[in-house]
Amino acid sequence: MRCAGIDLGSRTIEVVIVEDGRLVASRQAETGFAPDRQAASLLAGESYDRLLATGYGRHLFEQINGTPTVTEIKAVAAGFHALAPEVDLILDIGGQDSKVVALNQTGKVIKFEMNDRCAAGTGKFLELVAMTLGFPLDAFGQEALKAEKTLQINSMCAVFADSEVTSLIGRGEDRRAIALGLHRSIVNRAVGMLKRFNLDRSTIGFVGGVAWNPCVHRLLEEHLQKIVHIPPNPQIVAAYGAALLAAGG
Amino acid sequence: MSSDYTAMWQELGLDLEAHDALLEALSSSYQDIFLSQKNRPQGMQYLDFVMSEVHGLRIKELLDARRAGRPVVGSFCVFVPEEIILAADGIHVGLCAGAEFGTEEVEKILPRNTCALIKSAFGFKLSRVCPFIEAADMVVGENTCDGKKKSYEQLGELLPNLYVMDLPQQKTAAGKRLLREEYVRFLHAMEELSGITIDAKRLRRGVELVNAKRAALARLNRLRSSRPSPISGLDALLINQVSFYDDPVRFTGQINSLCDELEARIARQEGVVAGTTPRVLLSGCPMAVPNWKIPMLIERSGAVVVGEESCVGERGSRNLTDASGATVDALLDAIVERYFAIDCAVFTPNREREQHVVEMVQAYQADGVIHYGLQFCQPYLIESMPMEQRLTDQGITTLRIETDYSMEDLGQLQTRIEAFVEMLG
Ligand code: SF4
Ligand code: SF4
Repeated sequence: MRCAGIDLGSRTIEVVIVEDGRLVASRQAETGFAPDRQAASLLAGESYDRLLATGYGRHLFEQINGTPTVTEIKAVAAGFHALAPEVDLILDIGGQDSKVVALNQTGKVIKFEMNDRCAAGTGKFLELVAMTLGFPLDAFGQEALKAEKTLQINSMCAVFADSEVTSLIGRGEDRRAIALGLHRSIVNRAVGMLKRFNLDRSTIGFVGGVAWNPCVHRLLEEHLQKIVHIPPNPQIVAAYGAALLAAGG
Repeated sequence: MSSDYTAMWQELGLDLEAHDALLEALSSSYQDIFLSQKNRPQGMQYLDFVMSEVHGLRIKELLDARRAGRPVVGSFCVFVPEEIILAADGIHVGLCAGAEFGTEEVEKILPRNTCALIKSAFGFKLSRVCPFIEAADMVVGENTCDGKKKSYEQLGELLPNLYVMDLPQQKTAAGKRLLREEYVRFLHAMEELSGITIDAKRLRRGVELVNAKRAALARLNRLRSSRPSPISGLDALLINQVSFYDDPVRFTGQINSLCDELEARIARQEGVVAGTTPRVLLSGCPMAVPNWKIPMLIERSGAVVVGEESCVGERGSRNLTDASGATVDALLDAIVERYFAIDCAVFTPNREREQHVVEMVQAYQADGVIHYGLQFCQPYLIESMPMEQRLTDQGITTLRIETDYSMEDLGQLQTRIEAFVEMLG
């Protein structure tokens, strides 16, 4: 059986097709201003027996297409469990939210935490401050890693951090040092959320758009003194999970 | 609601335009949230009627009663003893504080980071849209959390008839003495307001009326423990909310006949949802009318709320008062005994609340607990963490929610609640 999962995130949409449990195709695009049209074009030309939607835009998609839905929390758990069954604690930092999901040995969600409504510590935060510092987002992490020193950034709030950054620039501080400080503040926040779980006995996985950022990854591992597993494409895990759940359901 | 009441609202000094806007918003969300439900018991028609006349017929009744000499007393908290109000032939109404209203005006008086419930009470008063508060001869405030007790200082400026009751914070002998003294003082205040001397017979009658109401609510709660659930959590919440402002005798009769209907449903094994539906116990801050956000999200996510550990719920109605006392003193002792057992989070320590939640999970056959905390509510938010720990240790799946009355976090809350329901399923 051929099954599809679609993850309608706030920044990107991913589609994954699985056939008899094997991932056979995946596609990705920016969400843009018309998520439903973007989703339709991503699915165009694909054939599948079942489709399951997840992510921020799942209900909108459900209304339009009648597609059944699953939360991104369950989807990401199912996807990661299939990729790496040893992982039992998933950190997921996306465009607008961050969460931690704990699973049991069978891949079932047993607890989760989610940030509240502000954008602190999410992809949106990185995007804003990268822009203020004049770095392209995809090079932001690399550049931060080249810093010779780090600066303390106190504000967690995206808006305040931005003005803090502006004043640091004004003081003539090194851009990369500021960048490293910003990455640290994101990681501190993520670690704070992870610490609400039993970290000593956990195997940690990391997904979502921010998982592409090498500086966040490095700092997380340093801070936790642990390997943090990132799948080859950390952005498609929820869509993959949704496809697998579609097959099972 | 018909427009026949305009003159009455005008007489009460309501801001008619703002009031219209409020009624419109209320009736459309009522439509959307309550009337759209499936398999509702017939008996809910009474509640629908009450809601549709909440600012109409009920207010007219209050005003008529006032003209006949009965005082109307408004309150914000389940510590205000209704039995004493009834003993003085008074009418007790809970004041709504479940929607954002007049926020801008409120924030000129109260800090922004005050809980939504307190702000709402001020908002309704400041924007002159609540006929209950305007129709009250006396409004009783109680010194519970810091937010409430300090804000009553400000509310007193807006309400000439505010009576403030002190409450203990510890379950000690001294705490109990304080509660008793305050209830005696309140009894005298009611006597003065009504011109009636409260004797044992009157007080006993007050106790019996309130007991009958609480017994009906307890009966409803027992019926909700069956699987499949015979009534939705939204409808049950509505019943709890209406219990604060409807006439107690009429309400008791209606709820008992609703319970008869539910018993018949249970006998037929007919539920409002399938027997396999995940069952949620809601615990935490009170949900005054028209605060329906969280139960709506829970039930739209495919679960059913089977109980509320809340003041608008079992915390408020649990335990009856011993009505056998022969004297006012003996009856007062019994009343104090009954109220002193309330495990509100303003008490310290308050570990028995955790125990109650665990017991309720078993009694209602709940599959998990959602703890509802209003943003900036220190008592309940601080209790939410040890509560989660205790429940988790008992193997009970728990979700902690912190929110307010705004709708901006709807999407995020929906994801959380759906994921929680998925965990239960
Ligand atoms: S939570 Fe406490 S203070 Fe608030 S209504 Fe209930 S008993 Fe009163
Ligand atoms: S106890 Fe909490 S919810 Fe109740 S009034 Fe105080 S702060 Fe608000």
